[in-house]
Amino acid sequence: MDVGIVSYGAYVPRYRIKPEEIGRVWGADGKGMGKGLKIDQKSVPSPDEDVITISSEAARYMMQRVPDVDPKEIGAVYVGSESHPYAVKPSSGVLAEVIQATPSLTAADLEFACKAGTAGMQMCMGLVGSGMVKYGVAVGADTSQGAPGDALEYSASAGGAAYLIGSEKVIARINKTLSFTTDTPDFWRREGQPYPSHGGRFTGDPAYFKHIISASKMMLEDRNTKPEDYDYAIFHQPNGKFPEKVAKMLGFTPEQIQYGLLTPSIGNTYSGAVPLGLANVLDKSKPGDRIFVTSYGSGAGSDAFDITVTDEMKDYKRENAPTLEKVLENPVFLDYALYAKFKGTIIMPE
Amino acid sequence: MATVAKEWREIPARYNLEGSECGNCNRKYFPKRSMCPFCRRNGFGKMHPYQVSRKGKVFTFSVIHEAPDCNRSLKPYAVAMVRTDDGLLISGQLVDVDLLKIEIGMRVRSVLRKLDEDGASGVIHYGFKFVPDL
Repeated sequence: MDVGIVSYGAYVPRYRIKPEEIGRVWGADGKGMGKGLKIDQKSVPSPDEDVITISSEAARYMMQRVPDVDPKEIGAVYVGSESHPYAVKPSSGVLAEVIQATPSLTAADLEFACKAGTAGMQMCMGLVGSGMVKYGVAVGADTSQGAPGDALEYSASAGGAAYLIGSEKVIARINKTLSFTTDTPDFWRREGQPYPSHGGRFTGDPAYFKHIISASKMMLEDRNTKPEDYDYAIFHQPNGKFPEKVAKMLGFTPEQIQYGLLTPSIGNTYSGAVPLGLANVLDKSKPGDRIFVTSYGSGAGSDAFDITVTDEMKDYKRENAPTLEKVLENPVFLDYALYAKFKGTIIMPE
Repeated sequence: MATVAKEWREIPARYNLEGSECGNCNRKYFPKRSMCPFCRRNGFGKMHPYQVSRKGKVFTFSVIHEAPDCNRSLKPYAVAMVRTDDGLLISGQLVDVDLLKIEIGMRVRSVLRKLDEDGASGVIHYGFKFVPDL
């Protein structure tokens, strides 16, 4: 049985802030910071947006593209994020209600730093592949946090993408998925804390690079493929620099990763990052295209996917929802004062 | 808690614009009605849920400068009456829009946004707002 992506949708809030504006406030070289991180601007959620609204928008786009799919046939909904609006009360339940899939389904919120979205895709694959559900929905979305003045503030942004996983009319077959997971304390946020902490340079070699390279090599070995066998590759992108470096280390070219690398224009959308990169690639792909995907979540783990776009893509109603490129058009830039208000960091009277 | 229960009952309307349709005369209503004011007793027991179109046009609008607490971080903001593609008239906030570029007749669609929250520890209220249609 072929299991894979039946539909997808992507959404990013329209507001942006530039690194130089953040640096101006904290007396830092923001432009230099942006250049170092390869981030020109990052997305900012409106005060009335959060992971639930972002997931809803992405999932509605996903459903618009498959008008023949009855939402009541969705048997599982998973929302992966590290910024769920509630500590206790599922984002996934709200999303299931929004796409009118309730009540006969299972739902849960997932958290694995930046890879909970791809973990949700794997869970849906298992449920679909075993015949337990007909369709599963996996969303990766975040309104990520970065402490004011911290290096993370220059990258932490907002956005998400939703995937309908099934075994009928699959537009992108997932040939294989595998993971590489360890206990690596490179980045964390304790219960009740508003901002995450990180291990600085420790987030690089023993964390991001080790896990992505290990999972990717395991996949290439398992599939008996080489980087040149793929048309596109998407790697987790906490900044613009790391995915370029990891691609080079693995032998992928800048052309292969260009469409899946969105961080320079929207920042690091955490759980949304790889799902959004994959959405942008699917927006441009054609039957026969082969896609290599490796996500990364601090803590730490990587999920790798080997994907082939099928002939079903020809009949897929991609035009029923805007492409990610269209969603990203006409951004509105904020100064830091408005950004602080949007992020809710200004203490207001009760 | 009364608010929680009331809003829970309104979830189908707030998330997905669920109204009602009279099974006797086929008139559609939003918010939903339990009785058709035209058919009265002839429509009794024939009202059923109706999914209002999420797309429409701005019928008229106003820009609000003095906002209630729930919207104090969004002011000034626009409120619009929207004529949905299936002919209903619905009012709601119009967001993600340049206030100077709103025009009567512009295409909009409904999206899910936060409407309010009961403080830092209370429930978050979600519901529809309108944005320009892409």
